[in-house]
Amino acid sequence: MLLSIKNLHASINGKEILKGINLDVNQGEVHAIMGPNGTGKSTLASVIAGREVFDVTAGEIIYKGKNLLKLAVEERAREGIFLGFQYPVEIPGVSITNFMRTAVNELRKYKGLDALSGGVFLKLMEEKKKLVELTSNLANRSVNEGFSGGEKKKNEIFQMAMLEPTLAILDETDSGLDIDALRVVANGVNKLRTKENSFLVITHYQRLLDYIVPDFVHVLFEGRIVKSGSRELALELEEKGYDWIRKEQEG
Amino acid sequence: MSGLYGECRKTISVNDYPALTAQRDNAIRRFEELGFPTTRLETWKNTDLKESLSREYNIVLKPRQGVDVQKVFRCNIPHLDTAIMGQLNGWYVSKDVPLMELGNGIIMGSLAEALKKYPELVEAHLGKYADSLTDSFTSLNTAFFQDGVFIFVPDNVKSPRPVQIINVIHDDENLFMQSRNLIVLGKNSRLSMVHCDDSYNHQPSFSNILTEIHIGENASLDHYKLQNLNNSSTLVSSVYFAMEASAKLDSHYISLNGGLLRNNIRIRFNGPHANANIYGLYLMDRKQHIDNQVFVDHAVPDCTSGELFKGILDEHSSGVFNGHVLVERDARRTNAYQSNRNILLTETAKVNSKPFLEIYNDDVKCSHGSSTGQLDPDAMYYLRQRGIGEDSARMLLMYAYADEVISKISIDPLRYRIEDMVKKRLQGELQICEACVLHCNTPEQPLEFVIDMTKI
Repeated sequence: MLLSIKNLHASINGKEILKGINLDVNQGEVHAIMGPNGTGKSTLASVIAGREVFDVTAGEIIYKGKNLLKLAVEERAREGIFLGFQYPVEIPGVSITNFMRTAVNELRKYKGLDALSGGVFLKLMEEKKKLVELTSNLANRSVNEGFSGGEKKKNEIFQMAMLEPTLAILDETDSGLDIDALRVVANGVNKLRTKENSFLVITHYQRLLDYIVPDFVHVLFEGRIVKSGSRELALELEEKGYDWIRKEQEG
Repeated sequence: MSGLYGECRKTISVNDYPALTAQRDNAIRRFEELGFPTTRLETWKNTDLKESLSREYNIVLKPRQGVDVQKVFRCNIPHLDTAIMGQLNGWYVSKDVPLMELGNGIIMGSLAEALKKYPELVEAHLGKYADSLTDSFTSLNTAFFQDGVFIFVPDNVKSPRPVQIINVIHDDENLFMQSRNLIVLGKNSRLSMVHCDDSYNHQPSFSNILTEIHIGENASLDHYKLQNLNNSSTLVSSVYFAMEASAKLDSHYISLNGGLLRNNIRIRFNGPHANANIYGLYLMDRKQHIDNQVFVDHAVPDCTSGELFKGILDEHSSGVFNGHVLVERDARRTNAYQSNRNILLTETAKVNSKPFLEIYNDDVKCSHGSSTGQLDPDAMYYLRQRGIGEDSARMLLMYAYADEVISKISIDPLRYRIEDMVKKRLQGELQICEACVLHCNTPEQPLEFVIDMTKI
């Protein structure tokens, strides 16, 4: 088991958002988490990544056999957890190249490897940029500054390709993307899928799952996973809408 | 001070043209009326000189003898090709001759020497831009100054390489210094000028440096002030710019260390279509204090001015920004903006920021802004989520923040050097003895300034 979440409760400013999440992810699996807005999908992603504004009030997250909740954000990242942000942050003055070089080398240091030389690093960047069809001049610009929605999301996938995570959480990567950008992003993800690494794909719509085919689909509703199933569940949701879940829960 | 002035008047005024001595006499009288500024004055409200002034200082009326000038300023500049002018405690240190006249007509060297050789040229400008009536440090400087740097660029001459003035404060005694610089750019001329204030030891000092700069019609000046002084030093630097029609100025103030630093920057537009950009970056920690006072006088129509000052304040340091743009009645189509931004890294660091506009014309475009905050927590989270540790993430963000000002440095080797110094400064590694482009070897050796450009 790569990731095991048990009875996870989390709140922000005293307001409980996650009310007992249970989820198991094995190596090589792709899990989709769907659900209406405001039910805690992004909170779940943030809590796994280790964002400090959330308080975990109960439950546990075991990742690679370790108590994940004891690790700082950067330690989780170095252990292979990657979060593709729904709203990537603009960082004026920090170039993508400098940012990624720092990140890759900190990761290598953690693994006991030597830092990459400038030449080797740039070659690696070129290779990964192609994967997400990231234009080369983008890399010299400040991180996400003035990027279009599509460019920001491509940049997230590019970073994922550079860091080669074990568990990648993609938080509404499809939001704000036109169909072409969506295809590019999904292709990038598919090329990075291996037997070793796992994905948690958070999405509101099933359209992304046409391109990134999940092994399991879970429905998150009011802080709990209320339904789990195979890929067909996503199609059923698409057809019946989230009101179906709401009615079931209320009934 | 007037007693002291009376005693030294003869020595001080030895090179004066008659009107200058009269100016000095007026200035010392004015200083006696004004006194040293106190926090009761609006422009000194947040900068208290009490501690600086409570120390004992010596005023030295002659340059230190026995300094081997060939060893003091040794040029070794493979990349930054500058003409170096050295000052020791405010006195011009001549390598060969105290005043050089270059083939293209540029004159540069000691102001004391220029007073002797070119009194008319000096008289046409000296004291014409500085305000000895209301500013007490200007009065004091006018009364006491003996030397400094003089640069004259004739009409239509474009200086092929930057001029670097390195003012090093280094003495066994606590010095109180009054140096005066005069820079004159003729019509259609161009000059890049880097002015560094450095100290080499930890001796307390008080510098009152005054610079008058006249930028002639359609001339352009790229100007840099780099300040890296010890924590016992007080520096009051006043720069008065007078800009004629279509003149262009980029002026940069990079303050890396110093006990108490005060920059008075005053710009007056005398002719239309002139443009001035003033950039500031200050990185303070411990109990350091920085005070930037910028006054831009839009006296005529169609001029533009921009101010961007950014600071990072750590530990118990404090900062002041006072930006005042005055748009006079006739200054139609003025375009002016002011921006001051600060990051406070601790709860004990503080800043007083006051950008303000005083506008007497309707047809203008002016804006100002000020912000003080911490490093962006969202950006910190984003960087850390990619595996970058907290310290490195903070460093990346601070450096990026400073880079907005650094990137405005248009002399490439200088920008690389400043980038390096700022990185070191942010990591707490910058020592005053590796200041600017200078390196002193070991304390036992005679004072030797080797310019190590391999670091650039």
